[in-house]
Amino acid sequence: MSHPQSRFGIHGGQYIPETLMNACIELEAAYNHYKADPDFQRELSDLLNNYAGRPSRLYYAAKMTRDLGGAKIYLKREDLNHTGAHKINNVLGQALLAKKMGKTRLIAETGAGQHGVATATAAALMDMACVVFMGEEDTVRQALNVYRMRLLGATVVPVTSGTATLKDAVSEAMREWTKRIDDTHYCLGSVMGPHPFPTMVRDFQAVISQEIRQQLLEQEGRLPDAVLACVGGGSNAIGSFYHFIHDPQVRLIGCEAAGRGVDTAETAATIATGRLGIFHGMKSYFCQDQYGQIAPVYSISAGLDYPGVGPEHAYLHDIGRAEYVPVTDEEAVEAFEYLSRTEGIIPAIESAHAVAYAMKLAPAMRPDQIMVITISGRGDKDCAAIARYRGEDIHE
Amino acid sequence: MSNIAQAFAHGKAFIPFITCGDPDLETTAQLVRAMADAGADLIELGIPFSDPTAEGPVIQEANLRALQGGVTTDKIFAMVRTLRASVTIPLVFMTYANVVFSYGSERFIRTCAELGIYGLILPDVPYEEKEEFCPLCRQYGLDLIAMIAPTSEDRIAMIAREASGFIYIVSSLGVTGERRQISTDIKPITAAIRRVSQTPCAVGFGISTPDQASAMAAQADGAIVGSAIVRLIARYGRDAQQPVADYVREMKQAVRILM
Ligand SMILES: Cc1ncc(COP(=O)(O)O)c(C=O)c1O
Repeated sequence: MSHPQSRFGIHGGQYIPETLMNACIELEAAYNHYKADPDFQRELSDLLNNYAGRPSRLYYAAKMTRDLGGAKIYLKREDLNHTGAHKINNVLGQALLAKKMGKTRLIAETGAGQHGVATATAAALMDMACVVFMGEEDTVRQALNVYRMRLLGATVVPVTSGTATLKDAVSEAMREWTKRIDDTHYCLGSVMGPHPFPTMVRDFQAVISQEIRQQLLEQEGRLPDAVLACVGGGSNAIGSFYHFIHDPQVRLIGCEAAGRGVDTAETAATIATGRLGIFHGMKSYFCQDQYGQIAPVYSISAGLDYPGVGPEHAYLHDIGRAEYVPVTDEEAVEAFEYLSRTEGIIPAIESAHAVAYAMKLAPAMRPDQIMVITISGRGDKDCAAIARYRGEDIHE
Repeated sequence: MSNIAQAFAHGKAFIPFITCGDPDLETTAQLVRAMADAGADLIELGIPFSDPTAEGPVIQEANLRALQGGVTTDKIFAMVRTLRASVTIPLVFMTYANVVFSYGSERFIRTCAELGIYGLILPDVPYEEKEEFCPLCRQYGLDLIAMIAPTSEDRIAMIAREASGFIYIVSSLGVTGERRQISTDIKPITAAIRRVSQTPCAVGFGISTPDQASAMAAQADGAIVGSAIVRLIARYGRDAQQPVADYVREMKQAVRILM
């Protein structure tokens, strides 16, 4: 019988080889144990606050608000975290848990390299070995992050199978985990994969919405009208949404990567173009052909270039609690440049997808309404690629 | 009784795996005939998947070659339909959950029954998720093959008790692919299975030599070989029938003598 806690509506589950079942069962048991352990929570809070720099700022973007002439815009600054993205929230949680479980080695997949950098960082901090799988194409797009991971002591394995991007890195990390389970924890980077990952990663990222709620109540005395975040697997988005799910007046908007457009084959907008399927351990929506072959998706953003979406998002979509909108490469690049010029904040190209939709939505909202955009990461890693997109040949 | 039982009626079974459409479907059909004639007891036909997460490089590449050649589930069904007119050997499909699910699980499984496919091996469907496909398999008379791994431990009895057709014992950690040495001790696994089930057990993952096959089959009811055969097909392409038949004959010989 499918484990009831593993499901979000019909989505989720544990579609993995038998070889990994006991590893996932042990992980779930350990997670449930430590989640309720005040010492673990204290240690994790200490790491989040004193090492990663939490709480992250909720910044009122006055210039952007004035310029767009609609809703009052706040930016949740996950880009200010240590290592430059929200990924560290999840990684510190999982690394600490893995350490408690007696694991000595972390493996991870990475797309943009942010999750890989965060994992390599935690491994360095906690004296663990670290191997990061990264699509070969992404090692080129995100060369700086490859260097950062190596500098931190991790081994980076370029993955050449399939499309040589994020989905192939996930497949390769799963293969590696089935080879070596005893001493190894697979530190999955988003709210995807088999149970317990979607739940556990969401819990570790839920600190984002917990803080937004508290910070906005302090600054404005009320909840936001809309929360926007980009969606790859969906971890920064679910983290931003989680503590508002039961406040129906708060619109929750996930921004997917449409690549060259949802009417082209070069897109990664799963909810807009995907179908129900079973892949990478979960039932959810996936970009695929009529025979269930997973589509070679495309986005300018290596971190959103994934053919699936986390099962909790699939469920929030099904019940209509969250909205998912596609944002093209061109719109994201414009937003990347816009936020840099307007607020002096260079967002990750992933986060720029959320900024792009905010630029459309804010003018349609009233000045007494409040919008929060999660800036999931900083954009330094993207500068060379965006310059190339604009026809400038710069070298890192 | 399960149709698959025939495969275990001639001493220890030898079970080869090939990927359909590698290098093309005509070759696949010829290989099935050649392997049946060479003494194979059951054949696993792989339906290629874009992202075969339980597979090592050799079978991954076969999947890729087949998909690049334009193979689809429907074309494979058509090939099996023709083949079935002249071949009686038990056949099972090995593929991934999404290939079945996206075709429409019922439509897929009903077609399998019509084609005389006796079972399904889905490496990404563990015991906890088998209800997704098991009731349909039962309804149409197919076996959903249960897998047991070196890490299964306390799960063995639970899985074995509900298994039908045969039980696929995964001999090694990791993905498919030949291994110089298979270090897992299969004996306690088969013993734990035998306490609760009489379903035949075949061992696979990593086996390539006659010695390995006979060592594994000695502890179970049969041996499964994939990568070593797929490697021959990669090497000989459309001319793989003879080398594959020779290999299958040698391997069947290695397991047969153990009774
Ligand atoms: C900065 C940033 N934002 C977002 C993502 C997408 O991941 P998720 O949807 O899990 O937040 C990534 C992934 O690499 C990232 O680096």
